[in-house]
Amino acid sequence: MAQPAAGQPAHVKHYFVSSDQQFDAAKMGMWLFLITEILLFSGMFVAYTVYRVWHPEVFLAASDLLDWKLGGLNTLVLLGSSFTVAFGIQRIQKGDRKGLLINLGLTLLCAGIFMLIKYVEYAGKFEAGIFPGANFNPTGTYHGHDMADYADILFLPQFFSIYFVMTGIHGFHVLIGMGIFIWLIIRSYKGDFSPEYYTPIELSGLYWHLVDIIWIFLFPLLYLI
Amino acid sequence: MHASSAAAPAVHYLNNEKTIKSWITTVDHKRIGVMYLVAVSLAFLAGGILALLVRTELAAPGETIMGPDAYNQSFTLHAVLMVFAFIIPAIPAVMGNFVLPIQLGAKDVAFPRLNLASFYIYLIGAVIALTALVVGRVDGGWTFYAPYSTSVGNGVLFITMGVFVMGFSSILTGLNFIVTVHKMRAPGLTWSRLPLFVWSIYATSIVQVLATPVIGITMLLLFLEKLVGIGIFDPALGGDPVLFQHFFWFYSHPAVYIMILPAFGVISDLMGTFSRNRVQGYKFVALSSVAIAFLGFLVWGHHMFVSGQSAVSSIVFSLITYLIGIPTGVKVINWVLTMYRGSVWLQTPMLYALMFLITFSIGGFTGIMLGVLAIDVHLHDTYFVVAHFHYVMMGGNVIAALGGLHYWWPKMFGRMYNETLARIAALLVFIGFNLTFFPQFIMGSRGMPRRYYDYLPEFEIFHQLSTLGSYVLGVGLFMILGYGIHSLFRGKKAPANPWGALTLEWTHTDSMPDPHNFHHTPVVTRGPYDYHLAPELFNDGVSGDGAGESAPEIVHRDTSEA
Repeated sequence: MAQPAAGQPAHVKHYFVSSDQQFDAAKMGMWLFLITEILLFSGMFVAYTVYRVWHPEVFLAASDLLDWKLGGLNTLVLLGSSFTVAFGIQRIQKGDRKGLLINLGLTLLCAGIFMLIKYVEYAGKFEAGIFPGANFNPTGTYHGHDMADYADILFLPQFFSIYFVMTGIHGFHVLIGMGIFIWLIIRSYKGDFSPEYYTPIELSGLYWHLVDIIWIFLFPLLYLI
Repeated sequence: MHASSAAAPAVHYLNNEKTIKSWITTVDHKRIGVMYLVAVSLAFLAGGILALLVRTELAAPGETIMGPDAYNQSFTLHAVLMVFAFIIPAIPAVMGNFVLPIQLGAKDVAFPRLNLASFYIYLIGAVIALTALVVGRVDGGWTFYAPYSTSVGNGVLFITMGVFVMGFSSILTGLNFIVTVHKMRAPGLTWSRLPLFVWSIYATSIVQVLATPVIGITMLLLFLEKLVGIGIFDPALGGDPVLFQHFFWFYSHPAVYIMILPAFGVISDLMGTFSRNRVQGYKFVALSSVAIAFLGFLVWGHHMFVSGQSAVSSIVFSLITYLIGIPTGVKVINWVLTMYRGSVWLQTPMLYALMFLITFSIGGFTGIMLGVLAIDVHLHDTYFVVAHFHYVMMGGNVIAALGGLHYWWPKMFGRMYNETLARIAALLVFIGFNLTFFPQFIMGSRGMPRRYYDYLPEFEIFHQLSTLGSYVLGVGLFMILGYGIHSLFRGKKAPANPWGALTLEWTHTDSMPDPHNFHHTPVVTRGPYDYHLAPELFNDGVSGDGAGESAPEIVHRDTSEA
C-alpha cells in the first residue's frame, strides 16, 4: 500500500490531501448511509400506517399482547447505550483511552441485554403460537390473555407480520452494532485511537444513535398506541 | 502538462502489478471499472442471447423454438438481467468508476475499499439471481407483481434476494460517488467547472442512494412473503397487492432515471468534444439532471393508472409526468444548439451521440404519450409500452454507453479500434435497433399485448420485421465485441488525447493512466468545454487526430450570449 503523503499523520490515506478531508468524507458517507437506513425502514412504516388506518381495532387488540414493561426496559437500555457511546467519544477526545474502553464495553453490554430481552419476548410469543402471517396459530394463554379470544380476530396475523418484520430487522441492526463494537473494542485495546484520530468511533456512534432512534419510534407505535 | 505521445507510458494502471491477486484485491478505481466492464458485458451477452431467443420464438405464430413456459421464463430472465445486472451498473459503475475520479482530478474515489466491496456484492447478487434459473420457474416478468410472483415456484426466492443484494452494490457506488464529488475535487474545480458527465453521475447517485433502499425492503418483504407467508401483499391474508406496486414503482420509476441520467452525461461530453464547442446552456444542462432526479421521485403512480389507484392520484401523477419533459427538452435543445454553433466532427462516438438524439427523442415523446391518462388506458400492457421503454433504455442508455465506450476506449486500453468497422457496426446497430422496435409501436397501438407467447395473424408481419431487426442488431453488437477484442492486441497505439478533448482525463493523464492517475495534482483554471480558449491555452495535445483524421479547426465564435 502506498504511504501517506509527506507530512501527513499515519492514518491519512494516500489519496486524501489532509486528515480533515478524510474525516469530512467519511462523515458525509456515513450520513448518506444513515439516510438509506431511514428509507429502508420507511417502507415498513408506510405498511404499518396503511394497515393501521384500515384496521385500527386490530392494532388495538394486538398491542395488548405486547409487554410494554419489557419494551420500556429495552428503550431505557438502548438510551443508556447511546449515552455511553457518546461519552466514549468525549473520553477519547480528552485522550482517556481507558475511559473509551469502559464506555465501549458498557455499550456492548447494553446491546446484549437488549437482545436478551428481545429473545425472551420472541420466545414467549412463539410458545403461544404467535407467528407472523400464515403461520399464526394462537394456543393456551399468553400474559394472562386467553389466546382463544384472539384466534378469530380478522387480520390480527398481519399486525404480527409487521411487528416481527420491523423488530426483527431492527434487532438485526443491533446485532451488526454489537459486531462493530467488538471490533472497536479490539482496536482501542490495541491503541489505534487518539484525540487526533477517532473517526470509526464517531461514525459507529452515529449508526448506533440511528438504531436507537428507530427503536424510539417502534416502541410507542407497536407497544403503546 | 506532458506532451501528447503515441507511446503508452512504461508504467500504467494495467501493468504496475500483474498477479491475479493484484486484480482481485485491487482498490484502484480504474481496475474496478474494467472488472465491471467485463461483468456487465457478460450480463449483456446473456440477456441479449435471451432476447434473441424470445424474438426467434415470436418469428412465427404458435410454437417456434420453445414452449410457453420456457418463453415466459426467457423474457423474465432477459428483463431481470438487463435491468438489474446490466443497465443500472453499466454507465455509472464502468465509466463512472473509470472516468469520474480522473475528471475530478482525484487520485481515487473517496472510499476505494468500499468500491471494491460493491463490485463483489454486485457479483454475489448476480450469481444469486442466476441461481433462480436452476431452481426454476420465475415467469412473472421483472416487476414481480404479488401475489402471482409468490404463488409460483421457489425461483422467486433467489431472484428477489439477488436483486436485494445487487441493490446494496448500487447504493454503495452512489454513496461513494456523491462523497467523491463533494470532497475530492482538484483545486480550482468549482461546481460550475465540473464536466457534465460528473453532474449527471452525481444526480444519478442521489437517486441510487434515495430510491434503492425502498426496493431493498420491498424485495425483502416479498422474500418473507414467499418464505413464511407474512401476508403483507397477499390479499388472501389481508395484504394489499397495490401496496406492492406502490413500493415497487417508488424505486423502479426513479430507477429509470438511474439508467438514463448517466447516458445524458455521456452525450453531453460527446456533444462538447465532437462539436469542438462549449456545451450550450451549461448550467441548465447540469441542473436539469438534478431536476429530473427530483421529479423522478414524484411520478411512480403513472405505472398504475389501471391498477385501481384513485382518479385524483392518477391525474396528479399524470401532470407531474408531463413536467419531466421540460428538463429533458432543455437538454436535447442545448445539445442541438451545441452542434449548430460548433464544428461537428463525425468520429464513431459522435455517430452514437447523433443516434441517441433520434432514438431517445422517440422514446421520450412516446413516454409523454403514455403519461396521458386516456391514451394509457388503451396502450397499457401493449407492445407500445415495450417499444417505448426499449427506445429509452436501449436507444438511450445502451446507445450512449456504446458511444462512451468508444470515446473512452483509447484511455482505458491505450489502443484505437478500427474506425471503418466501428462505423459499419454503428450503422448496423442503428438500423437493427429501429427495425426491431419501431414495428412494435405500430402493433402495440393496434392492440398486440406484451408478454404474450402467441399472436393473431394480422400481427405476423410486424413480429417478423422485429425479429429480423433483432438479428441485424445482434450482428452489429457482435461486430463491436470482435473489433474491440482485436484492438486490445492489434490496435494502433492511442495518443494521450486522440479526440482533442479538454477534460482532465484527456489533458492530464497518459493513455493508459498512471496507477495514481496524475503525476501532479492538476490545477483547474477553466471550464470543461472551453474550446474557444483552447488554441491560446493548449498549443499542444488538443488538436487530436482521432482515427487518423484531424479534428476540425476550432472556430472562434463569441458564445458569451449563450
